[in-house]
Amino acid sequence: MNRFDMTRIFALDTEGDEAGRTALLAPSRRGFIKLAAGAGSGLVLGLAPLPRSIGGGEAAAGKEAAAGSLAPNPFLIVAPDNTVTVIIKHLDKGQGAATGLASLVAEELDAEWASIKTEFAPADSARYKNLEFGVQGVGGSNGMSNSFEQYRQAGATARAMLVAAAAKAWSVPPGEITVKAGKLAHASGKAGSFGEFAARASAEAVPGTVKLKDPKDFVLIGKSTPRVDSRAKTMGTALFTIDQMMDGMLVAVIARPPMFGATVKSFDDSLAMKVPGVVKVLAVPQGVAVLAKSTWPALKGRDALKVVWDDSKAEKRGTAEIVAEYKAMLDKPGLEVRKDGDAEAALKSAVKVIAVDFEFPYLAHAPMEPMNAVVRFDGAKVEIWTGSQLQTIDQSVAAAVLGIKPENVTINTLWAGGSFGRRGTPDGHYVAEACAIAKAYGQPVPIKTIWTREDDIKGGYYRPIYLHRIEAGLDAKGAIVAWRHRIVGQSIMSGTPFAAAMKGGIDPTSVEGANTLPYTIPNMRVELATMKIGVPVLWWRSVGSTHTAHSTEHMLDIIARETSRDPLELRLSMLSKHPRHAAALKLATEAAGWGKPMPAGRFLGLAVHESFKSFVAQVAEVEAKPDGGFKVTRVVCAVDCGLAVNPDVVKAQIEGGIGYGLGAALKSVITMKGGVVEQANFDTYDVLRMSEMPRVEVLIVPSDQPPTGVGEPGVPPILPAVANAMLAASGVRTVALPMTRQSYRRA
Amino acid sequence: MPISFTVNGAKRTVDVDPETPLLWVLRDDLKLTGTKFGCGAALCGACNVHLDGEAVRSCQIQLQDAAGRDVTTIEGVTGNVAKAVQDAWIKLDVVQCGYCQTGQVMAAIGLLTQIAKPSDDDIDKAMDGNLCRCNTYHRIRLAIHEAAKTLPG
Ligand code: FES
Ligand code: FES
Repeated sequence: MNRFDMTRIFALDTEGDEAGRTALLAPSRRGFIKLAAGAGSGLVLGLAPLPRSIGGGEAAAGKEAAAGSLAPNPFLIVAPDNTVTVIIKHLDKGQGAATGLASLVAEELDAEWASIKTEFAPADSARYKNLEFGVQGVGGSNGMSNSFEQYRQAGATARAMLVAAAAKAWSVPPGEITVKAGKLAHASGKAGSFGEFAARASAEAVPGTVKLKDPKDFVLIGKSTPRVDSRAKTMGTALFTIDQMMDGMLVAVIARPPMFGATVKSFDDSLAMKVPGVVKVLAVPQGVAVLAKSTWPALKGRDALKVVWDDSKAEKRGTAEIVAEYKAMLDKPGLEVRKDGDAEAALKSAVKVIAVDFEFPYLAHAPMEPMNAVVRFDGAKVEIWTGSQLQTIDQSVAAAVLGIKPENVTINTLWAGGSFGRRGTPDGHYVAEACAIAKAYGQPVPIKTIWTREDDIKGGYYRPIYLHRIEAGLDAKGAIVAWRHRIVGQSIMSGTPFAAAMKGGIDPTSVEGANTLPYTIPNMRVELATMKIGVPVLWWRSVGSTHTAHSTEHMLDIIARETSRDPLELRLSMLSKHPRHAAALKLATEAAGWGKPMPAGRFLGLAVHESFKSFVAQVAEVEAKPDGGFKVTRVVCAVDCGLAVNPDVVKAQIEGGIGYGLGAALKSVITMKGGVVEQANFDTYDVLRMSEMPRVEVLIVPSDQPPTGVGEPGVPPILPAVANAMLAASGVRTVALPMTRQSYRRA
Repeated sequence: MPISFTVNGAKRTVDVDPETPLLWVLRDDLKLTGTKFGCGAALCGACNVHLDGEAVRSCQIQLQDAAGRDVTTIEGVTGNVAKAVQDAWIKLDVVQCGYCQTGQVMAAIGLLTQIAKPSDDDIDKAMDGNLCRCNTYHRIRLAIHEAAKTLPG
């Protein structure tokens, strides 16, 4: 399904068409979703709630609270059996949202951690919106930052009501009651559990304001509370979308076009229908769907289909043609994104100019659980089970496809087997196609639409191709006096509701990290040229910083080498206005032994980058052989993410981010020939494996600033850090990614 | 033709296409969903189960080839090695999204059953076929060493 062809989703039904266009394509008319470019990092969607409340009621919606429970707000239920269920408004795709949000409630409630359970909230933006987006969903690593006050308030409210109930029962002033690990107590010896007081507390008035703890009194926040999902995921009992099994359920797979933008001309299903277990073959806007009683017959049925595709409107360029077009654009000025001083003049008068071009390929996210959704549509209402990352968008898209109102769309969010951006789709396309199948089938049975790995790798929604050119002008002393940075690539936001965040034709996600370069350089110009290519693209863990961190931070080492300066000293000399960058750099380099003699064949490379309001410095150690072979043996990382709510989860996210970025640095690449993607599965789309994972040490910069992102910021610095280590080892510049495209043989 | 085999100690009989990969029989017919689909092509290890005690990829084994044999899935895996591995996984909070982890656990149990005190190299060799897109590899390595510490031998 081509993202630029969204009208095809809505063309199924006129009523749906109208609703869909209104909600998604003309957002400002309804005030549904307003967006604004975030200052510097990622995006901030601004803040208009849905026009009408969906779902009603103020109590927790995750489940019916059992009789005698306390459920004073939508975020928690204290049950008579002493369990505290925290309702998680965001998808947990591994980043630890469930653990993190639950710990905020538990902290202010003074609950016992072992008594905490979690449940995902339904799609209901009135109650569960992301306070930064204004609609329900999570992205830009803002799950914790937007919830930090809200979930603490929720816990503190329930605590105050429990205390009020106990104070009445014991006839003592509330201020004399202490609460610890789920137990209420008074100096007189009176004591009771949350469960005992839950019913009475629910009769208390909900306090208007509550006092939050002083951070010095935190017992859970800032400590590494164990994950709530470790046991279930280790024992195999955690349920993902693919694990949904329901009576009468059908499994659907779609035969998808071989090129983006191609459509079905005709198909022959006679052999497919002969496969035992195949129930139905249906044309849908996305291709031809095969519905079967279980997965294997669906796959066999799809193999037996004969489809003739109409590729008259398809994108037929290959990556070679796309890159050639972009290259030509590098010679022309683009739109101005940042201007300090006069970079043009300063380049002309510079004593020396160093110019380097960089090339970044398409990348697939390849989450371990491929895309999927279960849909049951009865003609008036629909129930959906999926790992929904942008629930409000998925809800609007489903309503549009099915021609019903958003309030008749129920979404059950489930654990997701990874996302890295893949499940946060502005067009809700994988929910849309599952709904299209349910609508075309026309019977109220649950249908699980699944993607195979080949569907996933070939299916688009890639990190876009980007080309960069950086020209640095040096003065007679070798100081950098001019910096011109040109970026050419596809826009992720253009053509989506997020396009409202684009100002003057500039997609902030194409330039983030480049336009916020922290170094003091008197003359700086950043430019962008946006290209239109019929390949659907999407945010890929750390988005613009996946490429801007590499080009800028590798360029600095190239300059350091040309001017015989130490890469750390060069950076620190230009970071006087950015102490958090400098502090992270100092911490990481000290721990890594920067500047100390290295064993033969070992080299270090460093990089620092800010993304999603967090500051991350990394030092990569490589073991490099003269023939060009190398291995990344160790990474030392310092992260300043404000207050680390759960330091162990922060470390896990950074470790994972380093591995995710390292795979892209070393070997992952999507290419196309004649519009056809050349990779299909993990044999051709190569990702990081165990033997390539370095030892990782993560150091957290102590901070009392509000918490900022950790899911994405671990990714960007690893590419330049490894490239810089290999520059030191071999003198070879990493100007094209992945690194398999250069030889690092020593000259 | 119905085909019988043992799953987690109990005899099970299914009557589906004998070429159906064991993966889909376990998941769709026996509702044992702890075994995951990641690639369907022997490239990721998410579908790992034990067949007659050895870690194998259930996406590559046809139902007819499992006839009469003994299959253990994550739901039924027991014994001191399994316990040591799962305890270590939980202690170190290895999981992120968790989708690959049942396959990782089954592979790690296979490794520690063969080699009681594996080196980093042994771990690289044994676990290289198990992808984790959350890249929890660093902790998987630590957890295998942790499990080995608690086991005799
Ligand atoms: S699903 Fe069997 S190895 Fe990937
Ligand atoms: S934990 Fe997510 S793929 Fe391994």
